[in-house]
Amino acid sequence: MDRYMRRLESIETFLEIKSSLMEQYDHQIPTLVIPAGTCGQASGANALIRAAKKELLQKKLTRKIRLRVTGCHGFCAMEPSVLVEPQRTFYPKVTPDDIATIIEAVAHGKTVNRLLFIDLETGQRIEIQDDIPFFKKQTRTIMSRNEKVDPIRIHDYIRNGGYEALAKVLSCQNPQSILEEVKASGLRGRGGAGFSTGQKWQLFASQRNGNDKYIICNADEGDPGAYMDRSILEGNPHGIIEGMTIGAYATGATEGIIYVRTEYPLAIKHLNAAIKQARGLGLLGDNILGTKFSFDINIVKGAGAFVCGEETALIQSIEGHMGEPRQRPPFPIVKGLYGRPTMINNVETWANIPLIINMGGRTFVQIGTEGSSGTKIFSLVGKIKNTGLVEVPMGITIKEVVQGIGGGPSGKVKIKAVQTGGPSGGCIPASRFDLTIDYESLKNVGSIMGSGGMIVMDDNTCMVDVAKYFMNFLKDESCGKCFPCRKGTQRMHEILDDISRGRGSSESLELLEELAMAVKDTAMCGLGQTASNPVLSTLRYFRDEYIEHIEKKHCPAGVCKDLITYFISDRCIGCMLCIKACPEGAITGTKKQQHVIDTSKCIKCGTCKDVCKSEAVQTI
Amino acid sequence: MEEVEKEKISTIINKYKKDRTYLLAIFQDVQREYRYLPKEAIHFICNELNIPESKGFEVATFYKSLSLTPRGKHTVHVCLGTACHLRGGPNILDTFERELKIKKGETTGDGMFTLESVNCLGACALAPLVRVGDKDFGKTTPGIVQNIIQEFKTGE
Repeated sequence: MDRYMRRLESIETFLEIKSSLMEQYDHQIPTLVIPAGTCGQASGANALIRAAKKELLQKKLTRKIRLRVTGCHGFCAMEPSVLVEPQRTFYPKVTPDDIATIIEAVAHGKTVNRLLFIDLETGQRIEIQDDIPFFKKQTRTIMSRNEKVDPIRIHDYIRNGGYEALAKVLSCQNPQSILEEVKASGLRGRGGAGFSTGQKWQLFASQRNGNDKYIICNADEGDPGAYMDRSILEGNPHGIIEGMTIGAYATGATEGIIYVRTEYPLAIKHLNAAIKQARGLGLLGDNILGTKFSFDINIVKGAGAFVCGEETALIQSIEGHMGEPRQRPPFPIVKGLYGRPTMINNVETWANIPLIINMGGRTFVQIGTEGSSGTKIFSLVGKIKNTGLVEVPMGITIKEVVQGIGGGPSGKVKIKAVQTGGPSGGCIPASRFDLTIDYESLKNVGSIMGSGGMIVMDDNTCMVDVAKYFMNFLKDESCGKCFPCRKGTQRMHEILDDISRGRGSSESLELLEELAMAVKDTAMCGLGQTASNPVLSTLRYFRDEYIEHIEKKHCPAGVCKDLITYFISDRCIGCMLCIKACPEGAITGTKKQQHVIDTSKCIKCGTCKDVCKSEAVQTI
Repeated sequence: MEEVEKEKISTIINKYKKDRTYLLAIFQDVQREYRYLPKEAIHFICNELNIPESKGFEVATFYKSLSLTPRGKHTVHVCLGTACHLRGGPNILDTFERELKIKKGETTGDGMFTLESVNCLGACALAPLVRVGDKDFGKTTPGIVQNIIQEFKTGE
């Protein structure tokens, strides 16, 4: 393999290596693909990989069956899973004991029927991954790459067309033409605000303030409930490196920085490995692929501050200060990191760049809608059956995502709303699910696209509690620099807390709305200006829930602890499980007799409800 | 501060070429070494980097992942991201507080556990999630909190 490890001194050698890697790869050899991103590992992928390796060794099959460990494929609810190429057979929730059976079948060109995915709607078993409704209804231009590459093997990426876009732009030697492609693609920033990427690049390319120019990948994915960036960083780090290198070539940037959350250790590990490999092969560093173009990327780790996702705060943090935002203008693109022109793009935006160069901006713009082109990855989480990462073309309706791909509610109660855009976004009620997903229509209903979190809520979710949750988050994460945000989020949280405890009054809602508008109008940075959205959107669509908390001192969803009482209904079969589980000894009863909760002792921890198998523990 | 410790920290500072823009990275490395950021270390680092101590403490207290008090052997991170919140994360945190007899942000008397909440660990399919050290526990319930604690108590 020696010649594959050598530095690539020219574009021609790169293309030769690529062709030879492609030729050598026999697609007919069966391959077990096991996703092992953070969530895959947490659901047991590592044990599965160990079992597979052991089995392949013992049965002397290492030359006949390949094993590929990859990042997340997106169907998180079914992990740990196994995908078998080339047929693309999908096995969900595989245990280490099953793996021997699967390997045995693969060796004989067969499938294991009993382990296949079952479509709950039809009761049918589905063999091929792409036929499963969850996958079938997606357009997986970015996510599909995660399946094909082992993130820590650069040759996997090259064999699948990786760095081809970079080679292409380097051989054209025309940075302006790249800018034109990106502009033609209509790509808009995937970090939330949706600014035109092409315009941003053009503006940055024209900056002439000194010799140093920086580009930054904003991987401080702080929105709770959004994890698509983590999955790209873990599963395909070379895609980001390639995107950034193309961006640098197009705009004349001299240095790149990836600012990544410290909460993502696996992403940091894979990025470090990928950067080292890219440097080793001469795809990063001085004289890339033997050309005159030099560019390098470094990683800066965040330290747990949500506000650092805001671009001026992010720059402060990279410079070693506390992450406080500052007034704009000057915009970072004119005066950013160390006072030099700096362009910041989100992970998913960078990941789209190689695709745009490969397919051409004019083809890319065909995907999605007129104002919002391309695909968007959403993390579909919360009270939904098929939790996972879904990549859909812009313009799809919320209903198609929630029902068609997500498979509907996870429990028995119906879905009430989805929340998009994280703490800066809002809640969209089920009555508006025919809404198409694009930047403008989400804004019109009081939410935002945001980074792509889509949190599903059902009738057991209390909207006052949701608003209180986000406000608690924001008051903790407010950096404290400007008064409206620092005090406004605190006060809004206090009012919401009062309402959730049955202490709200008739003036509470009026005051809350007034405060929300004041913070929106006067806060300094994006975090503060959007902090009111969770409150305003829940007030807009779920006002009756607020009123019920205030007037009837009742939480209809049974969430707000101070307003609910636990009791055991006549469904109780007297199994005594809850009696043993109750940490306060508040439940009494004998075998086969209905148990009773002593409400004076009950701390409303919910443990009894959790252990009860007959759904006898209820709340009023 | 002892000479040995100074030497250890100097090695870290030198790794970043005594550049003050790496203050945060230096703090992170020191914290990894000691499991917290000793005040003496901040004095020493600020002195070496020739920056006011107020600057050092400003950064040390701004970021959540830095701690000025000694941390337990294991840090329990209870995820309170939106998905975890909806699926009962707060109850998991309450249960840990009750079982470990400490509040969020505190460390047990025997120095075994520090309890923290975290805004999102990005494994929402497994909500509610708990991370202890580098091990993740998905779909946790109040009932299995005791088992998680035992695993780390006896696992040593």
